[in-house]
Amino acid sequence: MTSRLFFSSAAALALLAVPAAAQPGCALTAEPARITVKRTENPEYRLRLKLPPGCHTNSHQPNDPDLIPLRLTWNPGPLEAGAITFPKPTLEKYSFSEKPLSVFSGEFEIVTQFTRKPTAMPGPAVLGGKLRYQACNDRMCFPPRTIEIKAPVMLQ
Amino acid sequence: MKTHLLRGLLAAVLVVTAACSQPGGDAARVDAAEAGLKPAAQRNPAPDFVLKDAGGRDVKLSDLKGKVVLLNFWATWCGPCKFEIPWFIEFEKQYKDQGFAVVGVSLDDEGWEVVKPYIEDKKVNYRVVVGTEEVSMKYGGVESLPSTFMIDREGRIASVHIGLQAKSAFEDDIKTLLQ
Repeated sequence: MTSRLFFSSAAALALLAVPAAAQPGCALTAEPARITVKRTENPEYRLRLKLPPGCHTNSHQPNDPDLIPLRLTWNPGPLEAGAITFPKPTLEKYSFSEKPLSVFSGEFEIVTQFTRKPTAMPGPAVLGGKLRYQACNDRMCFPPRTIEIKAPVMLQ
Repeated sequence: MKTHLLRGLLAAVLVVTAACSQPGGDAARVDAAEAGLKPAAQRNPAPDFVLKDAGGRDVKLSDLKGKVVLLNFWATWCGPCKFEIPWFIEFEKQYKDQGFAVVGVSLDDEGWEVVKPYIEDKKVNYRVVVGTEEVSMKYGGVESLPSTFMIDREGRIASVHIGLQAKSAFEDDIKTLLQ
């Protein structure tokens, strides 16, 4: 249900009711860079992500079992996804948490190691994937969301 | 003055946006710009709903008319929501006999699978139901959690609290509405 939750009324409501919560939505932005892959190369892909100031998302290993982890999955394609490396999370204490939480905030990168399939043909391709996250600020949380990743790739 | 104008403008934008975004929506849908304890004459009716509790029993909001109701939208993945829950347990215990009730509406996608163990573990003593998109829409979409609506004895929304609040903010409303 949360994926269909309703528009941005809460954003304005947050402005009206709780001025301190100035980051309505806390949307995570992905900036998929274009890469060129040489004929024999097994590339790594660095997915750059950005959260608005004051917002955080749970890390890939939240230290509370109720929290929703950050997850990146890649679709099948000419490049096969291998190890996914997340940055080191920070432990942050919030007004609502009794213990520090394992989170990402600001700008960060997730690195994926890809293997070029022997059947991969030269030419343009797209690395497609999904990033699921759940973000909060110090006073409120926002429903889990999934964003589509589409990274242009040139296979030489 | 400027603040009032700005608030009025934002409220109008919200109402228009809500109307455009939900064709055929519930006429009783909440004006999401309500904030603070409103004068009685300016309060809107709380949209009614019927949802099941953990035991499969119907919880109908309008059946609580005559009581002051704290209607709290929450989720198990929401830290600020869980921070408030012990307060609501305390309020239910302290004010129940004066005509007060808490209703928790979980917006967990996994429903009772995650909600039931949580409320059992925390010994939640008030009514908890699992929400639906329809109910969420009636209350303005509930995009941010926690979202709490204080409902007066006549079934009208007296205040809206979005995000983590001071415990006293709820308790002040409860005491005033119980008078």
